[in-house]
Amino acid sequence: MSSPFSINGGACVAMVGKDCVAIACDLRLGLQALTVSNNFPKIFQYGEHVFLGLTGLATDVATVSDLFRYKVNMYRLREERGIAPRTFANLVSSSLYERRFGPYFVSPVVAGLDPKTGSPFICGFDSIGCIDFAKDFIVSGTATDQLFGMCESLWEPDLAPEDLFETISQALLNAVDRDALSGWGAHVYIIEKDKVTKRLLKGRQD
Amino acid sequence: MDTLVARYSRPAYHQTELFTEQEQQDLVDGMPSLSLKFAMPPVAHPSAWLRAATDDRSNPACPIKIAHGTTTLAFRFQGGIIVATDSRATAGNWIASQTVKKVIEINSDLLGTMAGGAADCQYWLAWLGMQCRLHELRHKRRISVAAASKILANLVYQYKGMGLSMGTMCAGVTKEEGPALYYIDSDGTRLAGNLFCVGSGQTFAYGVLDAEYRYDLTVEEALELGSRSILAATHRDAYSGGFINLYHVKESGWEKHGFSDTNPIFWKTKLEKGEFSNVTSDFSERV
Repeated sequence: MSSPFSINGGACVAMVGKDCVAIACDLRLGLQALTVSNNFPKIFQYGEHVFLGLTGLATDVATVSDLFRYKVNMYRLREERGIAPRTFANLVSSSLYERRFGPYFVSPVVAGLDPKTGSPFICGFDSIGCIDFAKDFIVSGTATDQLFGMCESLWEPDLAPEDLFETISQALLNAVDRDALSGWGAHVYIIEKDKVTKRLLKGRQD
Repeated sequence: MDTLVARYSRPAYHQTELFTEQEQQDLVDGMPSLSLKFAMPPVAHPSAWLRAATDDRSNPACPIKIAHGTTTLAFRFQGGIIVATDSRATAGNWIASQTVKKVIEINSDLLGTMAGGAADCQYWLAWLGMQCRLHELRHKRRISVAAASKILANLVYQYKGMGLSMGTMCAGVTKEEGPALYYIDSDGTRLAGNLFCVGSGQTFAYGVLDAEYRYDLTVEEALELGSRSILAATHRDAYSGGFINLYHVKESGWEKHGFSDTNPIFWKTKLEKGEFSNVTSDFSERV
């Protein structure tokens, strides 16, 4: 029996640009070698500028994404305002640690813009909530090794939104082409102060 | 070269003449023995030790990852034999190569296919090519597909339980047999048949192939069917992909019909024939 993190497969990456952030994921859902679906997005939106990417065990991706929808809705009702990405990251962290001895098998990635300053924010987590703050990029999923390689070579500071889109797309597409368990298309979100753009990428279907 | 020919060649025989007992024994003795040439690990149970170190199915953390995962197919039809394969090699989830040549050209009218351990297949099919050439020099005629496949089957049977991993097909056309197709695997199985698919993507290939297969397919239809079956397997099987390697074997020997990237073929098949409707082709921008 293989690791719960690599039964279904999948990849996710987030990057910081100049006054913008990008987050992208693949679309595969598999059962080991068998590709069951090629339309299983792993990015979820929790506010105007707050996004969460979830890779790992698909049942936990669904459960955890719904759990945070509930928690963010409750936050909004109590506070009468949307959640900020940094606050959301802390919510993710403490929620995951609540399952310290029986974790959700997910590797989350948060990307967004601070509602006050508009500054980019990204971070990643392990499955029990340790936050990994980064000022360049965060990767997760079965293609992490490949994504680290692509990001380390393609990413540079202060990319404009269009250049950031090109960079994150090339990084993801080329990484998943070297991973058997992810790919089959991709979603990319470019998050700017007054615009969020979602694009679907045409990836290899093998 | 002369010494080699002298060592292995025999005087020309008439087609009908039979070999004497002694001559047959000479042939067997003439086979180079291989079992002693492989260095064995210095442990009590070499095969068990090797299995623990290399079998990633029973032990995902095994230190040595052997390249696996494939779709290969071959089928007999009115116009000869079609052989088609994908080209992906994986070591665990890592795609080690997308450009593997899984069809091995044993000689100008015999083909072998590769599934299972890449090194095992590559080495033993090359070795089979050598044995076939030696057979030719000894007997002054081409080896039959039945005989060639049996040399390989007997060889792998000698190593049974030692961890060899191969699922291979031998395809060829000879005067005495016509188009002949054999399946050989590392358990020692050797089967003659009309249609085989081998590898992790075999079920997907069988699905397409069985649905459309007829013995009286035209050459063009047969090539398209072979290619389409591999395409289906590369789409659904994570461990198959890359390029489609297509061959047609006929009386005059085999003929290569390209080594083509699956990506453009996939989108062409989808957009022009309306197949693969599970995949979206709408890439318009969303907000």
